[in-house]
Amino acid sequence: MTDWNIVTLVGQDRPGIVARVTRVLYEAGCTLGEASMIRLGGSFTILLMVSGSRPNAELEAALAPVAAELGLRVHLDPVQGGLHQHLVPNIQVRVTGADRTGIVAEVTQCLADQGFNILDLESDVVGNARAPVYIMNIQGTCARTLEDLEQALAGLTTRGISVDVSPIELMIG
Amino acid sequence: MAILDILTLPDERLKQPSVAVVHFDQALQAFIDALDETRRAGPAAVGIAAPQVGRHQRIVIIDCSGRPKTVNHGHLVLINPEITHWEGFEIGREGCLSVPDYTGNVIRATRLQLKAQDPEGGPLEFVMEGFEARAVQHELDHLDGLLFVDRVVSRRTDLYRRRVYKKGGAAN
Repeated sequence: MTDWNIVTLVGQDRPGIVARVTRVLYEAGCTLGEASMIRLGGSFTILLMVSGSRPNAELEAALAPVAAELGLRVHLDPVQGGLHQHLVPNIQVRVTGADRTGIVAEVTQCLADQGFNILDLESDVVGNARAPVYIMNIQGTCARTLEDLEQALAGLTTRGISVDVSPIELMIG
Repeated sequence: MAILDILTLPDERLKQPSVAVVHFDQALQAFIDALDETRRAGPAAVGIAAPQVGRHQRIVIIDCSGRPKTVNHGHLVLINPEITHWEGFEIGREGCLSVPDYTGNVIRATRLQLKAQDPEGGPLEFVMEGFEARAVQHELDHLDGLLFVDRVVSRRTDLYRRRVYKKGGAAN
């Protein structure tokens, strides 16, 4: 029976958030699936697959006290499970440049036009407030050749960003 | 048809180190044939090690011949393999018959020298690089009770420690 949810949680970063939240879910009889938990800026963010026989309203009520205490915004979204069906990326795209608006939109639109399916995107704003630098790492699948992708992205490098496209070769041993 | 059962995580036997082969006989060849058949029966794997089927002897098979763009020595049966020199390092993506449905980034040496014995006990020596070098390092890890998951580095950070390989393949 598919009764998975993704719990989304955002709050000011501090020690103890994951322990408190997962304790509540454990005591509510939930099973956890895949998760992505990362600090973004000064916030801690959680995207967590949760499965259990309790109705969503009950889960939200169970999480409410710890959310209030730690200042967390929480919501649940029902999803299909889809576990044990990992897709393996075959292309990695690295983007670096002086931070300006439009980088992500331009790069990802370019990739979308090539039929690229993004599986994982992480980005960092580094440097300092006066001279911020944007670094983005994208992994995904694409049926186009490396040369096609490089050519498609080539137009962006003249606008102050450097783009590197590499194959991800999988070795199964 | 001798397809052997492949041990998968969290089977404790995958952590057990393997011992050197001493007898190069018909029984060894029969096992090698079964091991290779097992490798070919599963999802596309370029290598397999004896401990993956529960036999703790230092035997690995690699076959990178399906990847013509990469320099390789084709189908190899390596008995008592040992890395005698290694250089360079690079991150690459790996998977394993013993860890289904998971792939991760692992640092490996990019070039190495390997010595081993063939199924008759004769000496073998190779210089390997890139993809084939990665495959052989992955398989030698199995002989020392290591899985690639023990070496996965976070793809988020791109920071990686240099791995130093002891002779025989175990890293510290």
